[in-house]
Amino acid sequence: MSPRTATATHRRGRKASAPPAPTATATTYREALREAHREAMRRDPRVFLMGEDVGRYGGAFAVSLGLLEEFGEDRVRDTPLSEAAFTGAGIGAAMRGMRPVVEIMTVNFSLLALDQVLNNAATLRHMSGGQLSVPLVIRMTTGAGRQLAAQHSHSLEGWYAHIPGLRVLAPATLEDARGMLWPALQDPDPVVIFEHGSLYNLSGHLPADPGPVDIERAAVRRSGTDVTLVAFGGTLGKALTAAESLAAQGISAEVVDLRVLRPLDDATILESVARTHRLVVVDEAWRTGSLAAEVSARVAEQAFFELDAHVERVGAVEVPVPYAQHLEEATLPQVPGIVEAARRAVGEDG
Amino acid sequence: MTATEQRSGTATERAAADTTEQATGTSGADTPAGLLRAMLRIRRFEEKCAELYSATKIRGFLHLCIGEEAVAVGVVGALAAEDAVVSTYREHGHALARGVPMTAIMAEMFGRSTGCSGGRGGSMHLFDAGRRFYGGNAIVAGGLPVAVGLALADHLTGSPAVTACLFGDGAFAEGEWHESANLAALWHLPVLFCCENNRYAMGTSLAREHAQTDLAARAASYGMVSWAVDGMDVTQVREATTKALAYVRDSGQPCFLELRTYRFRAHSMYDPDRYRDPAEIEQWKRSDPIPALTEQLVQRGQVTTADVEQWEREIGQEIAAAVAAADAAPLEPVEDLTRHLTSTGPGEGSAS
Ligand SMILES: Cc1ncc(C[n+]2csc(CCOP(=O)(O)OP(=O)(O)O)c2C)c(N)n1
Ligand SMILES: [Mg+2]
Repeated sequence: MSPRTATATHRRGRKASAPPAPTATATTYREALREAHREAMRRDPRVFLMGEDVGRYGGAFAVSLGLLEEFGEDRVRDTPLSEAAFTGAGIGAAMRGMRPVVEIMTVNFSLLALDQVLNNAATLRHMSGGQLSVPLVIRMTTGAGRQLAAQHSHSLEGWYAHIPGLRVLAPATLEDARGMLWPALQDPDPVVIFEHGSLYNLSGHLPADPGPVDIERAAVRRSGTDVTLVAFGGTLGKALTAAESLAAQGISAEVVDLRVLRPLDDATILESVARTHRLVVVDEAWRTGSLAAEVSARVAEQAFFELDAHVERVGAVEVPVPYAQHLEEATLPQVPGIVEAARRAVGEDG
Repeated sequence: MTATEQRSGTATERAAADTTEQATGTSGADTPAGLLRAMLRIRRFEEKCAELYSATKIRGFLHLCIGEEAVAVGVVGALAAEDAVVSTYREHGHALARGVPMTAIMAEMFGRSTGCSGGRGGSMHLFDAGRRFYGGNAIVAGGLPVAVGLALADHLTGSPAVTACLFGDGAFAEGEWHESANLAALWHLPVLFCCENNRYAMGTSLAREHAQTDLAARAASYGMVSWAVDGMDVTQVREATTKALAYVRDSGQPCFLELRTYRFRAHSMYDPDRYRDPAEIEQWKRSDPIPALTEQLVQRGQVTTADVEQWEREIGQEIAAAVAAADAAPLEPVEDLTRHLTSTGPGEGSAS
């Protein structure tokens, strides 16, 4: 097995940011998102934020805390409980030249706005023969793991990633939380950003003035030679922890953070598989018809002969996510399951 | 498609000018004669569509507004060029009244590359961004939130534009309508909500879809100025719309018009129309907006039968030209299938 390249940051598991640079300041995922909004609203008067409780309350996850006071009610708009109407209003305002950021409290409630996202935002450019443009950013929290029970624990990134016409992002690091919003707002097409609920308190350091990040490519978060672990959003931390544990067992795992869920960056995944010849895809969603299924299919289609073992998937058990802690844990992908899958892939039982 | 495309300089110039200028609210199209001619143009166009559907030139869903032309001409023709229109799948009349060239509409229904949506939309999805005609939405009530957003942008940027959103009595039962009404009223947005109450949502009559059938009264409960209008009388529709637009522009508040109308044809070409008493249809045809106004204007000497005959000829020629052009137009190339999916070009990098 080859030497390991895990950084100190990775060893701290959930602290997925770069090691502190001299000018770096301590921050959290939540604060990084807030700073991204602040920057966007300062730089571009067309940018405004709307959603349920984004203003007076400060955001259900406190992302927008203080922004109302700083930018006023026109630009930080508390909406009624009307997911379809305010998401559609974001679409209309975007078509008319504004750059709205619509916050939908969680992906679970986004189902009430799915009509607007699919039938309007994602569709209008093509259906109008290229006449209309919807430069809208929609942000929402996603995922399970906080004992919130089925109706507050869905992972539906794959549903959105299914839709042509959207760009779908899943920031899982401080850099991405800080850097994805601005390029998303520059995209003339609708962008959906998923923030996993377990990440808001992720802490680390960021440079005082970090530049934007790309919203095109997946990222190799840890290099390795024996097996590729593909993960994103809420499972990235678990994949990195699993890689650490595998390293202790002499197995060198490469961890690819998808970051961009649509359009998928096939090249980065395929390059990694060409190095490791083994693939484990980790996805908090139900396996059937999931992003893990899509990644597996693409590798099977495009790199079949690179594979030395069949693809392994680690996903959620196909039940509504239960409340009780032990049941929820059993439902979701966990580090030991990822480790086992990786061991199977490299032929070390598991 | 540009605002100048429809102007030609032929004998049909008046035809073109009438409708194009309506979109800018500047001209003789606002005279009773102009309104009549505009309705006649929509009627004849849609009759031709039905024929072309039977001839399998037009496919898919086709929803005609025959009987409801007074709403299209009365409402949409009253808008200023800067105003926006958000419409439904029953939007041929709205598009024509807005000045979307008939040639582009016909070509769209033929699936041609010269169509106003590049052959991707068809009858239900006519678009013309240059004329601020935001389509043709086939999700019942799906356009309403978008209209609120267009108005929100105008509100935030201080634009005087009003967004007119047309939708049906069926849509009035959808949550998206109620959410949009509340949001527009709450945020004081310049939306003109135009409910085309033709008394049916497909086969479900008004009384079978609404516990309270007075839609204007219900809209008023959102704190909006709200009027019910005889949608079979183009003059009344135009007057009410003009007043409503002035109110929305001055106050920055939304306004609701319930336009009481009736469709003479089936819901769509698929619909065998089993749910209506033919006597009811006949009864409503007695208030057909076109013959009634013709008779009135002839009696008053504002229009002669020769004028009407002349219009019929011009309109017939315009339609024939649109059909011929659509027939001759190239199909949208299959190689362009994924074009316009995103701004970054074909396939957005993941079509494979
Ligand atoms: C959300 C949704 N539900 C159902 C349909 C199917 N559908 C198409 S038109 C229609 C009736 C709509 O009636 P109304 O709003 O009164 O408009 P009209 O057709 O009378 O102009 C129905 C049920 C649809 N297109 N969208
Ligand atoms: Mg109806």
